[in-house]
Amino acid sequence: MSYEFDFADVFAAWPELLQGLMNSLVLSALAMVIGMVVSVAGALGKTSGPKWLRWIIDEYIELIRNTPFLIQIFMIYFGLPSMGLKMSSNTAALLALVVNVGAYGIEIIRAGIESIQKGQIEAGKSLGMRPLQIFRYIILKPAIQAIYPSLTSQFILLMLNTSVCSAIAASELTAVAGDIQSRTFRSFEVYFVVTCMYLGLSVFFWSVFAAIERAFLRKPTR
Amino acid sequence: MRTIGSGDLIYIIMAVRWTLLLSLVAFLGGALGGALVALARSGEYKWLRIASAGYIKVFQGTPLLMQLFLAFFVPGLFGWSVDPWMAAALGLSLHASAFLGEIWRGAIEVVPRGQWEAATSLGLRYWPKMVLVIAPQAVRIAIPPTIGFLVQLIKGTSLASIIGFVELTRAAQIINNATFRPFTIFALVALVYYVICRPLSAYSKRMEQKLLVAAR
Repeated sequence: MSYEFDFADVFAAWPELLQGLMNSLVLSALAMVIGMVVSVAGALGKTSGPKWLRWIIDEYIELIRNTPFLIQIFMIYFGLPSMGLKMSSNTAALLALVVNVGAYGIEIIRAGIESIQKGQIEAGKSLGMRPLQIFRYIILKPAIQAIYPSLTSQFILLMLNTSVCSAIAASELTAVAGDIQSRTFRSFEVYFVVTCMYLGLSVFFWSVFAAIERAFLRKPTR
Repeated sequence: MRTIGSGDLIYIIMAVRWTLLLSLVAFLGGALGGALVALARSGEYKWLRIASAGYIKVFQGTPLLMQLFLAFFVPGLFGWSVDPWMAAALGLSLHASAFLGEIWRGAIEVVPRGQWEAATSLGLRYWPKMVLVIAPQAVRIAIPPTIGFLVQLIKGTSLASIIGFVELTRAAQIINNATFRPFTIFALVALVYYVICRPLSAYSKRMEQKLLVAAR
């Protein structure tokens, strides 16, 4: 192997890399929170909305799930302005991520709602619990417990998807990597370091999700 | 800037063959790698289990786009030059190996312990046991998630456009740069992906329902 590694130029750009990392982190976290709201609303619409609404939600889910994220982001950033809807690349990135994760989140949340057996709710009623208590103690926690693994792995996929937002020059980690690469020509070094940073982000989110599970979702010990 | 003509549309539609070919190569490569990963992951050797678990974690914890960039630049370190086609095929195959490996490990481990023990007590060695007893049962469970991942993989090939491989998405960008009709062009491309992926998704979902009913 005659290649000489040179990480000096890459490490010299650490303030940029750190900024990119923070931007990716913020973008992911924002999309997770907003995506969660969209998912819950969509799941409620799908389980108890009128028929036409269910149809729209179903079509939205199928459309998003069966097209690439890259095309979705192009549609939003390049396609919508021709209909008079213009936005910055960062806004477009956030919107695309939310629209994308919503299509997966709705099905996950719906599965959670449907995992609660009717008898459980009836048992709560016959114990004299109020509707809010039934929701809080009987529906919410077991539902979240049931879907927590699929929800969190969807969130990790969302975070990894933020790298695609570099295609419309949103200011996140992969875009920063592209800048540094075009300046220093240390392609392998840049992408190796940035890949490690993404792995770090994944580990970070994995541990945050595990900590939340330990703190709030521990199953009762028998 | 010029208007969009039927030649442009044909150029885009014809590029779908590269998307399909890349998907096929990546799926076959991923199936081969995934089988090895799944066997290593559920096998008897501890170091193989740890190594394959690490492989899965790394590929599931980093963006596919980064994997494609590295597949493009790493061979250069050894003095091998790869074109975007080879890099995309290599990167997507390694990516698919990790995901299929994890899916198939799950399917192997769902086969009840009694089946393993029965096979062993019949005097079957590792390979006959795997091929004759475990695999036929695991395959049934593995089909729906495998097709589901194939959809992810087909969509993932769109990222090969970023490392410069001319498939469906890149063809659309090229035509868009010349005609600047982004809405029409990307909507058309979205429709092409949809037509390819939707039947696969529906099939995967139907098979899953069937298994759920059978398990009851």
